[in-house]
Amino acid sequence: MKLPAIVHKFSSPKNFYIMSGKMIPWFMWSFLLSLFVGLYYGLFVAPPDYQQGESYRIMYIHVPAAWMSMFIYMIMAVSAAVGLIWRIKTADLMASVSAPIGAAFTFLALVTGSLWGKPMWGTYWVWDARLTSELILLFLYLGFIALQASIEDPRNAARAGAILLIVGVVNIPIIHYSVEWWSTLHQGATVAKFDKPSMHISMLIPLLVLATSFKLYYVASVLMRARGEILRREQNTRWVKEIVTGESS
Amino acid sequence: MSASTQQPSTTGAFISLIKRDLMLSYRHRNELLNPLLFFVIVVTLFPLGVSPEKQLLQTMAPGVIWVAALLAAMLSLDTLFKSDYEDGTLEQMMLSPHSNAVLVLAKIFSHWLVTGVPIILMAPLLGIFMFLPAEAVSTLMLTLLLGTPILSLVGAIGMALTLGLNRGGMLLSLLVLPLYIPVLIFSANAVDASMAGLEIKGQLYFLEALLVLSITLAPLAAAAALKISVE
Repeated sequence: MKLPAIVHKFSSPKNFYIMSGKMIPWFMWSFLLSLFVGLYYGLFVAPPDYQQGESYRIMYIHVPAAWMSMFIYMIMAVSAAVGLIWRIKTADLMASVSAPIGAAFTFLALVTGSLWGKPMWGTYWVWDARLTSELILLFLYLGFIALQASIEDPRNAARAGAILLIVGVVNIPIIHYSVEWWSTLHQGATVAKFDKPSMHISMLIPLLVLATSFKLYYVASVLMRARGEILRREQNTRWVKEIVTGESS
Repeated sequence: MSASTQQPSTTGAFISLIKRDLMLSYRHRNELLNPLLFFVIVVTLFPLGVSPEKQLLQTMAPGVIWVAALLAAMLSLDTLFKSDYEDGTLEQMMLSPHSNAVLVLAKIFSHWLVTGVPIILMAPLLGIFMFLPAEAVSTLMLTLLLGTPILSLVGAIGMALTLGLNRGGMLLSLLVLPLYIPVLIFSANAVDASMAGLEIKGQLYFLEALLVLSITLAPLAAAAALKISVE
């Protein structure tokens, strides 16, 4: 299957650099706006939970971060596959610059999860299925980052990373369900489950706003990182030299 | 291969590659002992480090033996492609007209025969060390029979990715161990369940499914990764 020529045109490093430079402020401002709105409604307007009191509010960071951790891995796998199949440099780049952001969100989800666990479970860490899966996801991210870092040639690094990501995507559901099965087997009903049948709309709206806000942040920061990486990788081309020395735009 | 010789069929190539690899490992047979000794020593450390108490060791046995098997299988991956990579055989293999995935599968299979099977055979001894009851030992061997090929197949992908790298060893464990988790969970749990006299069909079915999945998909991924490494 061939991609239309326009895809190749827009994904060329130079066009990508120019386009993304124009897009970043939009994403950044809408991120900041939705962050403040979401946090305000989440922390001040939404009512306290009838069981968990105020401490449930950490959910407004925890849940979007956990969603992002999985979302970014999927984005990475898809763009790595696109890079592997159609040899699009920018797609490879997306996968490799997303990895540290994804790992950071995974880490954030783990930290907030364990901080939330302290008032709820009485301990910072519980071998709960979701926490364990999240920890394994962090290992997968770190493995990908380490592999990328140890291969010098960026093209080979991208291809090796793509294979690892695709293998990871096949494995993530298997790992997730085996961990889930393992944890229900070992713990029974000792752990308080947070599966609420439904969330009140006043709690749900800030959550969705913040989830959107985290995605906007991801797009803005991934574009920034990609721009930096493009300049580094294309440093010997004329257009980069022109931009850096400021001779013409 | 010169043009005058007849092309062997893919099955022929598969079988002759297995024969060649087995012959090579027979000639370097002392190398094969290392992962096996590692397997035994790691398990031996647990009674020394924790306590020689029978009850405690028995509860830990399935997990400890399986974790040791996991690590031994990972360490043994080192001999899978390394020497062929270093002397250029692998490059020739990649250039052959046969499907690379099939050739990789042949290499993994012969490697499993000389590293996985000894681990399975050694397991009863470790079962005795850890006071595992007899019926659990047979389950342990069964789970190893189903599980160690998965470890070899999945590990082959990681090995192929890290082949040309300088400090590939540590990286390999970071890449491969998270992918080993499902095998560990289901195998150790099956042994646990059989100690308690419970049904273990579910766990075995899951291991079989994983084995089928990894036989079909892992050689493709490993072959693709090898292509990058030999370039």
